[in-house]
This record gives sequence, C-alpha cells and structure tokens, in this order.
Amino acid sequence: MEKKMKKLLSKHEFYISLVIVLLCAMIEIRSGQFFTPNNLVDLGSALIVPGLFAIGAFMVIVSGGIDVSFPALASLSVYTTTRILTDIDYKGGILLPIVMVLAFGALLGAFNGFFIAKLKLPTMIITLGTSSVFKGIMQGVLNSTQIPNIPEGMKKFGNDALFVALNKESGLTSKMPIAFLILIVAIGLAYFVLRYTMFGRALFAIGGNESSAYRAGFNVERTKFILYVVVGAVSSLAGLIRVCMMGQCHPTNMLGMEMMIIAGVVLGGVAITGGDGTLTGCMLGTILIVMVQNSLILLGIPTYWQGFFLGTLIIVGTGISAMQVLRNSKRLVRKKSEEESS
Amino acid sequence: MNENKVSIRKKLYNFYEKDVYTSRLIIMLLAVLISMLILRPGKFFTFVNFQTMVAQFPEFGLMSLGIMMCMITGGIDLSVVGIANLASISSAIMLKAMVAADGSLAWYGILVSILCGIVIGLLAGVLNGILVAKIHIPPILATLGSYELFSGIAIVLTKGKAISGLPMEYSSVISGKLFGIIPVQLIIFVIMAAVLSFLLTRTTFGPRIYMLGTNMKAAEFSGLNTSGLLIKTYALSGICAALGGLVMLANYNSARADYGAVYTLQCVLIVVLGGVNPDGGKGRISGVVFSILVLQMLSSGLNMFPQISNFYKPLIWGGVLLLAMTLNYFSENRGRSK
Repeated sequence: MEKKMKKLLSKHEFYISLVIVLLCAMIEIRSGQFFTPNNLVDLGSALIVPGLFAIGAFMVIVSGGIDVSFPALASLSVYTTTRILTDIDYKGGILLPIVMVLAFGALLGAFNGFFIAKLKLPTMIITLGTSSVFKGIMQGVLNSTQIPNIPEGMKKFGNDALFVALNKESGLTSKMPIAFLILIVAIGLAYFVLRYTMFGRALFAIGGNESSAYRAGFNVERTKFILYVVVGAVSSLAGLIRVCMMGQCHPTNMLGMEMMIIAGVVLGGVAITGGDGTLTGCMLGTILIVMVQNSLILLGIPTYWQGFFLGTLIIVGTGISAMQVLRNSKRLVRKKSEEESS
Repeated sequence: MNENKVSIRKKLYNFYEKDVYTSRLIIMLLAVLISMLILRPGKFFTFVNFQTMVAQFPEFGLMSLGIMMCMITGGIDLSVVGIANLASISSAIMLKAMVAADGSLAWYGILVSILCGIVIGLLAGVLNGILVAKIHIPPILATLGSYELFSGIAIVLTKGKAISGLPMEYSSVISGKLFGIIPVQLIIFVIMAAVLSFLLTRTTFGPRIYMLGTNMKAAEFSGLNTSGLLIKTYALSGICAALGGLVMLANYNSARADYGAVYTLQCVLIVVLGGVNPDGGKGRISGVVFSILVLQMLSSGLNMFPQISNFYKPLIWGGVLLLAMTLNYFSENRGRSK
C-alpha cells in the first residue's frame, strides 16, 4: 500500500489531476456554475479541437522536436478543402471532406517531413519557416477570405449532437457534437500505436537518443517522415472539425493556437527534450489549459488576464518538469558513483 | 592575361569558401540592388527612401542582435517582441505620468522613461536567463512561455488597448535626425551593434559564450561560470529588445501589446540567414547586420510593387528561411566530407 502511494506521488499525472480538481472546486465555489451539466458538456466540446491538436504535438515532442506549424498547416488544408467543395457546390456527406482534408494535411506534413527527416534540420526553426510559408500561400496565393456558407454536409456534421445536456435551473442547453467520438477514437488509436507498434516505440527511442535509436536498428529517417505526415493529417482533421462546428470557415482564426497546445502537452509532464511522457498526462494538461481559457469568466476575472495566466502556467509547468529531469539525472549519477565505490 | 583572370576567379572563390554566409549575403544584396535598379530606378534609389529604410530596420534589427547573442550560446530568445512591447508600454505610461498639468514635459522626463524601459528589458532578460540557466528549461520553451507572460502583463497594463496621446517631445527626439541627415534610430542601432561587437571580440566574455555554445559541458568543466554567463547573455538580449521597443514607441508614437508580432519569425530568419548556427558556437555581428540590410531592402523594394500584396511577405520570408537552412545544410555537409 505504501509502495503504491509512493508510486502515485512520484507521478506527474497525479499532481496535474490535483491542480485540475482544485481549480474545479475554486470555480464551483466562486460561481456555483461549474458542475452544471451544460458547463461540463461545453468544456467537453471545447476540448475536441485542442485535444486532437495535442495528440499531434505530443507525438512530435516525444520524438524530440517541437512543431509550431500545425495551426497554419491545418488552416491551409481546411481552407483549400472548403473552398474547393464550396466552388463545386458539393451536396454530399462528411466523408469526402474528411478524406480530402486528410490528404492535404498529409501532403503538407510531408513537406515538413522532407526538411526535418531527410535534411535533418532543427524542427522548431523549420516549422517556423513552413508555418510562414503556409500562411503566405493561404493569404497571398489563394487570396483567402472568410467562407460564410460551408457545404450542408459539413454543417450538419458540426451541428449533429451526440446528446444534449440541460441545465434545469437556468434552462440553458448544450450540445455534445458527434465529433467528440472522433477525439475518443483518435486518443484510443494514438494510445495503441504509441504503446504496441514498432512505430510508436521508435518515436520514444528517437526522442530519448537519436543515435542510439539508429544504432539499435530503428529507421530514424522514415519514422520521422511518417510522423510529420501523420501529424499533418491529424491536425488538419482537427481544423476541419473546428470549421464544421463553427459553421463557417475563417482562415486565420486558428493561427496562434500552437503555444497554448504545446503548453498543455508540456504541463502534462511530457519531457520537452523528448523520449518521455504519457498520453494521459498530455490530455490532462490540455484539459487544464481549456479550463483556464473557458472558466476565467466564471471566476469573475476579465479575459485580458488570460495571457498572463497562460504564461505563468507554461513557465511553472515546464519549470517543474525541467527540475524533475535535473533531479533524476543527478540521482542517476549519485547511484552510479555509489555503485562504483562499493 | 588569361592566367590573371583565373587567379581573380580563384581569389573570389577562396573568399567565397572562407566566409560562405557573408559572401552569399553580399550576392543577395547585390541581386536586390540590381533588380531594383532595373525595375524601379527612380523610386528606390532616392535619398529619402534610404533614410526611411535606415530608420525602419533598427526596430527589428535590435531584437535580432539579442537573438543572435542567445543563439551563439546555443539557445534562442523568442520573447524579444514581448519584452519590446512591455518596455515600450511601461515607458509610455511613465511618459504620460510625467507630463505636467500644463502639458509640458520636464527635460529629464524622456531620459527617465528611456531608463525605465531599459531596466524593464534588463529585468525581463534576467528572468529569461534564470529560467534557462538555473531551472534548466530549454530556451525555446522558457522564452516562449515568458513571451506569453510578458505580453500578458502588457495586455493587463493596457487592458488590451493602445496607449496613445504621448507627449510629442519623445518621438521628436528618437525619430529625429542628427545634423538633419542621420536618423537617431540608426545611431542607437549602430551603438548597440558596436557594443556587442566589442564584447564579442575584445573582451573575454565573447570567447566564453562561443565556448558555451560549442560545448556546454566542456565549458562547465573548464571552470566557466556557465549560469552567470547565460544570465548575462539573456539580460543583454533583453536590453536589445527593450531598445527595439523604445524605437517602435517613437516610430508609431503609441504603444500596444500586440505590435510587431511578425518580428519574432523575421528576427530568427535574419539571424539564421546571417550565418549564426542554431546549435550555437558560431556567428558574427557582420553577418547579422548584412542580413538585416538585405531583408530591409527586399521588404522596402517589395512595397514598391503594388501588385504584390502584403500577404505574400510571410511566404517570401518563410521561403528564404527554408532555402537558407537547406543551403547551410549542404555547405556544412560538404565541409564535413572533405
């Protein structure tokens, strides 16, 4: 029992859950509105897009890189898809848009992958560059404008509710969109891939130590390339869901989300240097960020404090995980020297 | 005759090989100048245009110098724009507070508010340095987080609005012209570049941070105070960024938390293009200054073509960055295989 407690206390996920519970309690006490069915459902539906983005960001960070291009990438592929479908007056269901957006996302992801995997250039700087290129293609070459009327099929997909929650006191209702299922499926898939496939294990190995992974026989170049293709596709899917849920395509409105997503992943205890972290932690971190964003108003704090709180959260979160890494490596060194002396 | 020609070519080639980055930048600079000479001779090559250009680039030029210092140590400072805005906002608040009831500004007012901005920059830089050196957060994340924090504070200070209606004295000093010719912004930039160049080449600080960037462990084991050096570097970067912010304040005559948001990428691009290695240990002021000039000319040149919309600029910046990185990759790999 004691051992179990100790193990629990050493886990990052435990602390982040604690913070979430405390925040929930604080909001509930201040406003009395937190544990109402419609607020919880609202939070759930606000989690869909950041959650999907976070899965992609998580995989990249585990492999030892930092991708800041995914919002621009998603914006470009979603805008292209919506534009084409609106122009040909598409009347069908959601299947074709999903296939198209996945294809565009994979293509743009391959563009990232070419520079990062084939030329072995630093991920962060390359993705800064590609995100600028994607933005330029969307706003300059394609001359993007807001698309107010997206195809019926997409609108229907965004509006269809899995279930509807009703707040009996205020009479407010909130819908849980069907897209929530996609998030759950994606989490399940990511969990399986990261844990039980060679590709997933390769990501952790590469993030831990790239040359060791190479020597151990992992095909580093191919794994990384596939990773960026997959991340491109997943992020684009998230973008499509966002457009469907909003009922209109606003090309620039996703840009700038990258920091918030990365902050969430890192808050969840994922080592920024790569090789370590859990999907559970990543999701908990994302939930915390979404809660901070959605619930400041319930706490009676003006929204312009958001940046301040976000910055503090990132610094504290990354600081704690960096100090843990430091402590662990020191402990390792001490253990080693003790073994040697004995 | 023929021999002579060959030797000149060889000399040029040797020069190119010796300093690939700077030579490449000189070629780009010439290319931009020549194409402007052909396409827009009357508009580009005017005294006023050059005066405008040298008054514009110190904004992001100063921030790039800061990023360069951090990149030499193997880090990066992505919070420069946040620091710049925070500094310019606090200076603006200071300026407004010191205006007397009759609307006049005391002579020391400008000095005090500039000092206030610089101190804010210094403090912000020291915070970055502590996060990187003492808490060991990777620089990219530490400074991205502090970027959010600094611009968060800036938003809180201004409640998201712009601060305007500043006393005219301030902007007439900073965006004035010395002897009626040289813009003061340029002088600030030149002084800062000279100070950093002095630090890098004439003091022990320079070699130390190059060593830090080449191999952090080796630097630590050879007895360097690595965390002290890192904190100093980030503090310098904070001061550079704050000066950039003060120039922005003078150029726009107002301050706002989201000014210059595009500068982050642009500055990283400038520094990488200038031949500073993102892994640390390499880079020179001259390269960065050249790449600032190239980008400013390119940008001013593009503005003279109304048919090219401003939205193409990110595409061009990003494309140039990717191209530069790819070229660096090939030139470095060729060097390695030799």
